[in-house]
Amino acid sequence: MVEILKRKKALSVNPLKSSQTIGAALAFLGFHRSMPMLHGSQGCTAFGKVFFVRHFREPIPLQTTAMDQVSSVMGSDDNVVEGLKTICEKTKPDLIGVPTTGLAETQGSDIKMAIGMFREKYPEYDHVPCIPVSTPDFTGCLETGFALATEAMIDVLVPEAEKAGTKPGKRHRQVTVLAGSSHTPGDLEAIKEMIESFGLRPLVIPDLSDSLDGHLAEQDFSPLTIGGTSVSEFANLGDSTATVVIGTSMFKSADLLNKRTGVPDWRFDHLMGLDAVDEFVNALVEISGNEVPEKLERSRAQLQDAMLDTHFMLGMTRFAIAADPDLLNAFSHLLASMGGETVAAVAPVNAPALKKLAAEKVSIGDLEEMEKLARTNAAEMIISNSHAVESSRRLGLPLLRAGFPQYDLLGGYQRVWIGYQGTRQTLFDLANTLLTLERGEIHPYRSIYAQKPEYQNDTTSETSEDRGFRH
Amino acid sequence: MKQKDIAALLDEPACTHNKKSKSGCAKPKPGSTAGGCAFDGAQIALLPIADVAHIVHGSIACAGSSWDNRGTRSSGPTLYKIGMTTDLTEQDVIMGRGEKRLFHSIKQAIDSYQPAAVFVYNTCVPALVGDDVDAVCKSAAEKWGVPVVPVDAAGFYGTKNLGNRIAGEAMVKYVMGTREPDPLPEETGKQDIKVHDVNLIGEYNIAGELWHVLPLLDELGIRILCTLSGDARFREVQTMHRAEVNMMVCSKAMINVARKLQDTFGTAWFEGSFYGVTDVSKALRDFARLIDDPDLIQRTEELITREEAKINQALEPWRERLRGKRVLLYTGGVKSWSIISALQDLGMHVVATGTKKSTEEDKARIRELMGEDVKMLEDGNPRALIKLVRDEHVDILIAGGRNMYTALKARIPFLDINQERDFGYEGYSGMIELARQMALTLECPIWEAVRRPSPWKGKMLKAAGVEV
Repeated sequence: MVEILKRKKALSVNPLKSSQTIGAALAFLGFHRSMPMLHGSQGCTAFGKVFFVRHFREPIPLQTTAMDQVSSVMGSDDNVVEGLKTICEKTKPDLIGVPTTGLAETQGSDIKMAIGMFREKYPEYDHVPCIPVSTPDFTGCLETGFALATEAMIDVLVPEAEKAGTKPGKRHRQVTVLAGSSHTPGDLEAIKEMIESFGLRPLVIPDLSDSLDGHLAEQDFSPLTIGGTSVSEFANLGDSTATVVIGTSMFKSADLLNKRTGVPDWRFDHLMGLDAVDEFVNALVEISGNEVPEKLERSRAQLQDAMLDTHFMLGMTRFAIAADPDLLNAFSHLLASMGGETVAAVAPVNAPALKKLAAEKVSIGDLEEMEKLARTNAAEMIISNSHAVESSRRLGLPLLRAGFPQYDLLGGYQRVWIGYQGTRQTLFDLANTLLTLERGEIHPYRSIYAQKPEYQNDTTSETSEDRGFRH
Repeated sequence: MKQKDIAALLDEPACTHNKKSKSGCAKPKPGSTAGGCAFDGAQIALLPIADVAHIVHGSIACAGSSWDNRGTRSSGPTLYKIGMTTDLTEQDVIMGRGEKRLFHSIKQAIDSYQPAAVFVYNTCVPALVGDDVDAVCKSAAEKWGVPVVPVDAAGFYGTKNLGNRIAGEAMVKYVMGTREPDPLPEETGKQDIKVHDVNLIGEYNIAGELWHVLPLLDELGIRILCTLSGDARFREVQTMHRAEVNMMVCSKAMINVARKLQDTFGTAWFEGSFYGVTDVSKALRDFARLIDDPDLIQRTEELITREEAKINQALEPWRERLRGKRVLLYTGGVKSWSIISALQDLGMHVVATGTKKSTEEDKARIRELMGEDVKMLEDGNPRALIKLVRDEHVDILIAGGRNMYTALKARIPFLDINQERDFGYEGYSGMIELARQMALTLECPIWEAVRRPSPWKGKMLKAAGVEV
């Protein structure tokens, strides 16, 4: 049983948490021609935009309802209506996401009602789906926001099977994938490839691998997302043969999707490590009725070999991990499977995934907490986001960057952590980092009697006789 | 090197299995030989001397494949880590320019790195074309005033073991006895004990493991004039003739050095090991016994009592975890017995040991430790190793890095014991690291994961009625 230690202190120092609001924005960015509009002051959006621009090194479409002093006090519904109209008018999006911020929620803004007002006033934009989602930043974290936005989209866009006439398995090669925020665009691409290798057609909700994978498009500028799953696909989710759900944080969205469509689902806490991927591949065998492709078998054998090679470094190694719950859970299990130990686990918020952790304890807290735990529990390596660089410097421990944000690393968004191949690379990277620590090193001992000149510094002067030598 | 010189080196009276045809250096069998050549042995034996420029005179394969490949550590200079070779070209060989190139190479090494000395290792190609390495070294030393030592160790002279002896021979012939030891450092004179001088021969300070032992020797007032060759300096090698006792550290390889020092200077020597609680204590006792200083003997016993109590307590949790585990030991010569004692200290059961490179005495010691019916593996081909692992239900294979991947491919837990390893196991405290490394691999959950079939294969097997 994992002991979950609640936050005890008043001040959060070096925060680990990223807001729920931007987590929701991120989910909306996984759809084609989409625009998230944060309902809050303009700063909420500006910060979020910079956060993602630095992480993905991409232009990020993000708008704001720009609440000011008056609307903050007197009501901001008009801001929502006007914002939606402006976006529809100017950019003709396929989807607008409206996550709320702490400001809007504290004010008591009824976002659904506001959208209702917009519909009433501007019926000409009825074809543009607007998804309200309540994501104040005083609760949850990036991961929960991402999940809530996904759930909200399912709620608005996926029709009841009976009404819409969808039928599980009607599109017998189609598989819906609900993948949580712990997955990079690189991860999602790997997931899609694995599914495709069984002759199935993956429909990823949301699909960042198509929108934020860092590709250079023909189009020179777009105010909206380029790439991502097409919004029209939501109507077809009920025809999928199966839904695969990856990440504990997405299970609630999966419940809703299942209720709406009746499509059977397969759920996975994460896809890191041999066991987890085996389970996933096994599910694909069942869903597709096909045999495991040669290439995957090969990748599996390669991972096993890497496990043998790297266990010397990872075994008994003490890790400190600070990350959102799903990612933390995944890493803790991967390390445990290698004989490593998570001696410091910190998550920004509590979540169901934390109960499944392969660690004795997990603290809800910040990077200061991680730093303290890492020091007390003699961690040897840190896994966390770029904010942990200073902690790692102070601790004198190496850092593997994972999660959000990674602003001092190029291509962090594209790295693959999951699947056989991704896990293998993760193991190599961990082991290589640990090798640089030279942990076997024994501190040189200088014998008090030694005839080694450098021990005496300059007290011994070499005589010519010292150079003596015979032939 | 002439045939008769090689024969002289092979004839080692101090070695009890000298009489047998496979003395010191068994003839390699074409098509079925593992292990290094004489050059390999010579270089490995001397490379740890830290302030020397080690020049490999030959074409690139000799240095190219071997430099920077050792776990030995220095507490000071790092010149030994700089790879140097004459990298002979076709033109050098055909036109006989090897000697000239060597001469200039020595100058370059001296100019660039100011070494305490230069060692020149001769290899097959220049030996075959007849470069006079001795003469080049001699004139280089005279010209630049830096000792230049030829180590004539062409690979075709014989095995790695012979190479070790060639290296020792070069030290005895050219270096030892060319300088008297320093007076004891002043501040150490204040201690009220008589300091005795000793040498460690065949100790390579792998991963710095000797540093686990040195503090004990310091405390006892035992000065190491020189370690041949871990963390050694050239000027220390020069004084080796003045030791009262030589310890052959779990190696017969440079037995000729101990024997010659005994013949010439009457230095007593013994063979010991710093691996395992029992052996560390034994080595310390042997020093005291041979030095024959009653005060030292008494202090040694006190130190052993204290250290053993301390380490036994520290090892207890590890013994719990390792007790009864079955070990297959496959290492070269010496370590086969020196490690056995360490493993037995941990309560482990050694089911078999490799003796391919062991001498008759090594084998005698193995029998002493493990009883007459011990399995000795002469031939260590991977297939035989794996079969033994399966037949004897071996939990862990301990061997050199070369066998590591054989073990891993067969999904067998493995501990690397050879010189390339990154962890030091010597001394009382080294035992903790040894225990830790074994527990690390033995208890790792990956073994189950890599042995078990994939879920879909498991299903297929089950469908076919196979027990999974």
